[in-house]
Amino acid sequence: MAAEDGAARARWWRRLSQRVSVSGGAFAGQLRSRLLVWQRLDDDFFEALTEVLLSADTGVGLAERIVGDLREAAARGRVHRPDQAVALLRATLGERMARLPRGLDLVGEPAVVLLVGINGAGKTTTVAKLAHRLRQEGHTPLIAAADTYRAAAVEQLQVWAELAGVPVVGHRPGADPGAVVFDSLQAARARGCSPVLVDTAGRLHTRQPLMAELAKVVRVIGRQQPGAPQEVLVVLDATTGSNAVVQAQSFQAGVGCTGAVVTKLDGSARAGYVLRVEEELGLPVKLVGIGEAIDDLGPFEPDAYLSALFGDVTAPTAPAGDAGAPA
Amino acid sequence: MFDALTDRLTEAFRRFGAKGKLTAEDVDQGLREVRMALLEADVHFRVAREFIDRVRTRAVGAEVLESLTPAQQVVTIVHDELVALLGGETRRLAYAARPPTVLMTVGLQGSGKTTTAIKLALLTRRDGHRPLAVAADLQRPAAIDQLEQLGRANEVPVVRPAAGSGTGPSATVTVCRAGLTEAAARGCDVVILDTAGRLQIDGALLDELEQIRGAVPVDETLLVVDAMTGQEAVNVATVFRERAGATGVVLTKLDGDARGGAALSMRAATGLPVLYVGVGERPQDLELFHPDRMARRILGMGDVLTLAERARDQVDRAAQQQVEERMLAGRLTLDDFVAQLRQLRGMGSLESVLGMLPGGRQLVRHGGAELPDDRQLRRMEAIVLSMTPAERRRPEIVDASRRRRIAQGSGTAPADVSRLLKGFGQLQGLLRGLGAGGGRRGLARRFLPGVPPGVLGR
Ligand SMILES: Nc1nc2c(ncn2[C@@H]2O[C@H](COP(=O)(O)OP(=O)(O)OP(=O)(O)O)[C@@H](O)[C@H]2O)c(=O)[nH]1
Ligand SMILES: [Mg+2]
Repeated sequence: MAAEDGAARARWWRRLSQRVSVSGGAFAGQLRSRLLVWQRLDDDFFEALTEVLLSADTGVGLAERIVGDLREAAARGRVHRPDQAVALLRATLGERMARLPRGLDLVGEPAVVLLVGINGAGKTTTVAKLAHRLRQEGHTPLIAAADTYRAAAVEQLQVWAELAGVPVVGHRPGADPGAVVFDSLQAARARGCSPVLVDTAGRLHTRQPLMAELAKVVRVIGRQQPGAPQEVLVVLDATTGSNAVVQAQSFQAGVGCTGAVVTKLDGSARAGYVLRVEEELGLPVKLVGIGEAIDDLGPFEPDAYLSALFGDVTAPTAPAGDAGAPA
Repeated sequence: MFDALTDRLTEAFRRFGAKGKLTAEDVDQGLREVRMALLEADVHFRVAREFIDRVRTRAVGAEVLESLTPAQQVVTIVHDELVALLGGETRRLAYAARPPTVLMTVGLQGSGKTTTAIKLALLTRRDGHRPLAVAADLQRPAAIDQLEQLGRANEVPVVRPAAGSGTGPSATVTVCRAGLTEAAARGCDVVILDTAGRLQIDGALLDELEQIRGAVPVDETLLVVDAMTGQEAVNVATVFRERAGATGVVLTKLDGDARGGAALSMRAATGLPVLYVGVGERPQDLELFHPDRMARRILGMGDVLTLAERARDQVDRAAQQQVEERMLAGRLTLDDFVAQLRQLRGMGSLESVLGMLPGGRQLVRHGGAELPDDRQLRRMEAIVLSMTPAERRRPEIVDASRRRRIAQGSGTAPADVSRLLKGFGQLQGLLRGLGAGGGRRGLARRFLPGVPPGVLGR
């Protein structure tokens, strides 16, 4: 996904700014726009900022730390007005986010991308969207239907795969997910497909036996294909609150994640936990889902994300090659 | 992470308790911790703020500030207010007076509607009804297959749309109507409509729900919400109540470690009650909602409240206060010791008491071998009762001959007497060493002043 051309990137930006509107829900939008009309850096402003952060699910600990830091910056005379304070905050967060690697590692023959997460997070849909996107970018992905537990999981994937024009390898319901992965890798090698995108069954991060099952799948992959899986992505739902951090942490501990996907950002939830997942766990968000259509998946853009979080202090600069994007 | 929270709250309350009396500032300090707890449980920030204001009004009342046990009083107020807000009583499914009863599951994508639809079917069957499910999710690929497979596995008839009928609202309405007809034909008296997931900002899909309700008489519209939902819960519940006529909530995935503040937020903001909670992936894993358990869960408090209640029933508070003072000064007497043992017995088995403390389960698990059982406790009590007042005040005067006499009087062996006295000596030493400090131990001591050293002195 790193080697995207300018036009494609511009298209994604346009879609992103349409779907993940800065205003979000009416209520949150009100909060955010209030931030910018504040005249002075007083308690009321900091209170309002705290509310913006809380309402975006950053969690109370981070919200208070951020606001505390800003108060200190104000006391030291580093910022004088609310817009400066928000700009400083955005710059600080943006800088930190810029340091994380967000590209997908797809080097391998085949490379393997594993998607994990709790029930209903959006794994299957993400696998399908990712297959579609990678195909458009010239890859030849293959999907491994390793959710052998949930009713009609394979059927769901088959509908999607047909739409994306990508082959699926699946077994009967109740089969061993490790066996599905094994066969998928063989099929991929035989057909020269890469990467193999593995859809797994949803599981709560607290269920130890299911986490162990997942770890076994990872081992099967690694034994058969040294260096794989290249990517293990934990899929998080944007409407989730602080528990998203716990989920990410548990999957990271259980199977060693390389990044996160945040789905359903087309709703009004802001997934403020992203800040904590990136900072506390060092897990970069690599992809975001912004709808139920097959092309509603793309790279995470920190700048666009911060705009959606705080309102548009400084309109995010559109990337180069973006001719037709709305201002 | 949540253990840390429990400890923090407990610590704040312990600080209250240690001082005896409270000032308004003390209350504020403690309420700040409660606010943090609520926010960390994902309670909506406005709901949390209003809640804290209400608790403060009650907590600064004279009866709390003057009381000897302000910590427990504040905890009790928080707990009671939380339970009241969550709905006090349990509400069950309302069956229609004239069958069929039509239930509809609605909610965001991925919240668990299809699984819940089948769980509800089994629940109504347990109530003696004959359920039928309708696959009305024409959006998500293979959603119909999923419901059909679950229906087959659980012997619930499922009505699916005719092949090639499309995915629009009119197709959805058609299959719902067909469901009612089919139910009448089969003699089913409960119809469950499983609808597609939709965002609460998706106007077109919300219209579809209105059209369904216009076409078939829906008795209960259940909003299915993931227990891990964050601040959006309020928006979601508000819109689904207004636009989809939601009458209640089913909270799913509560078998994880979510604290479930969403339940509180939704109830406070919209009045929608939680009826059931999903506690597992199996179709029978649906339980009635218990406001009091939810309150404790949101506060991350384990069963501390139950413990506090039991302690309140058992303990004469004024006497307790004196004992604690003597303990803190390292002047615990054997009389106190025996009183504490009696108290412990009144509260249930030591194991169950420890199990209710934050971190207590850990103690029980790891220190299991050191716990005296009820029989041993009774024996210890008997030994102390066989001692003269002088011996109880100054155990060091107990020599070999006194020991034999005490053993005989209590029906024990002299070695048992020695062991008890040695344990008591250690406990005294431990208490002196601890002074007024000690987080977890401090708390345990407040509830369990007489616990033998083998238990807490790890
Ligand atoms: N609006 C919106 N819906 C999404 C997005 N991603 C997934 N969904 C929807 O969320 C629901 C669950 O998605 P799935 O892909 O089935 O989730 P999953 O993690 O595979 O679920 P299980 O396999 O059942 O654990 C479906 O209705 C999807 O259409 C997104 O970015 N935006
Ligand atoms: Mg899936």
